[in-house]
Amino acid sequence: MKPAGFTYHRPVTVDDAVAVLAEVSPAGKVLAGGQSLVPLLNMRLAAPEHLVDINRLSELAYVRAGGDAVTVGALARHADVERDDAAYAVLPLLRDTLRHVAHPTIRNRGTTVGSIAHADPAGELTAVLALLGGTVTLRSAAAERTVTAADFFTGPMSTCADAGELVTSVTFPVPEGRTGAVWTEVARRHGDYAVCGTGTVVTLDDDLRVAGARAAFVSMGPEPVVLDVTDAVAGATHDTADWAAAGRLAAGRLDPEDDIHATADYRTHLAEVLTTRALRDAARRAAEVAP
Amino acid sequence: MSAVEELFEVTLVVNGVPRSATVPARRLLSDFLRHDLELTGTHVGCEHGVCGACTVLVDGRPIRSCLQFAVTVDGAEVTTVEGCGGADGELGPVQQAFRDCHGLQCGFCTPGFVTTITAYLEEHPAPSDDEAREAIAGNLCRCTGYQNIVASVLRAAELRAEEAGR
Repeated sequence: MKPAGFTYHRPVTVDDAVAVLAEVSPAGKVLAGGQSLVPLLNMRLAAPEHLVDINRLSELAYVRAGGDAVTVGALARHADVERDDAAYAVLPLLRDTLRHVAHPTIRNRGTTVGSIAHADPAGELTAVLALLGGTVTLRSAAAERTVTAADFFTGPMSTCADAGELVTSVTFPVPEGRTGAVWTEVARRHGDYAVCGTGTVVTLDDDLRVAGARAAFVSMGPEPVVLDVTDAVAGATHDTADWAAAGRLAAGRLDPEDDIHATADYRTHLAEVLTTRALRDAARRAAEVAP
Repeated sequence: MSAVEELFEVTLVVNGVPRSATVPARRLLSDFLRHDLELTGTHVGCEHGVCGACTVLVDGRPIRSCLQFAVTVDGAEVTTVEGCGGADGELGPVQQAFRDCHGLQCGFCTPGFVTTITAYLEEHPAPSDDEAREAIAGNLCRCTGYQNIVASVLRAAELRAEEAGR
């Protein structure tokens, strides 16, 4: 249980980091918090020739909360994002969701950007980024580009990032209008991978009638799934809407797989119950938002 | 990979004492503490971040030392279970609570629990029963002595409060 040898690089600026990545591409791998990568190295499931450790890039250790978005730099730990009061004030969904991401000990080192770059379909933040229609910014030695979450995630554990690119930040937009957002999940033990997890966003109009409802899921498919379920509840008032119908609509569109933790049937059942519950709670939060 | 592995000098302040060793980049912090610094209080269980036995505090925050390369945390302050004792070799409040409540059986997982709980109580000095359970959710005890470990968390909070009140 020891990693294979690698050539270690310890850049101190983003410019240096992307220069090194370009030089060793495609044999380089970025090390940030290491909470997903190091287990793979320890078990020798991965053995990159070059490891580019970005833990000295203090310029990327930031959480920036504005009125319409929260941008997280590549060296912000989950715990930093979770504790950021300004981010919580504009987008409480981030803190609410991060409390379900592994254990505090893991969140102290693991980075939010790293978990998104890792693109594990069981990763809560990948689903939240997709749910909110967020963006990912990548730097290479030659250029910088920003892509949407939909374009970034190309499959389980795979993204559109090139070997020479460093994901420098992700941006979570604050949903527009009178909205509420909720994360909920079922895991065998708090902090374990969810058997099924869902994040929901509900938008109400000025008369507190449902104008939009959507949900994203983890552990329910090979990549983050975002479903629009507005059709089941459009125009109903937030407290009389048939949220169970919206839950059924979502569950009917998902196609999870059996594994050692749960059967596909059980996962589908959870998706229906959790979506119903999370949508209802999100609608209640939206109704409480000051007009 | 070249035939000769490159070595790095790593210096950490461990339990208040500066300690250095020259190691390859792939040396895990857990092995750095145990093999290079001969601080064998930190235990190594699963070596992939699941069991929590290797938990140490880096700059005050608990982390899995098996998921970190020593070279990455070069310059950091580290607290291991050896640094969780009281003055003059007495037991620290968490250690004393484990003794009072029979919070350990074989003792293998204990160093990880002690460091985790020490850091937790710094931020949450008066946890409820539920909070105490959640605080240790990331640590496994193969003796399954969880009831007594939860009791130990609560007892440690009492001992800390008594100490502070003195």
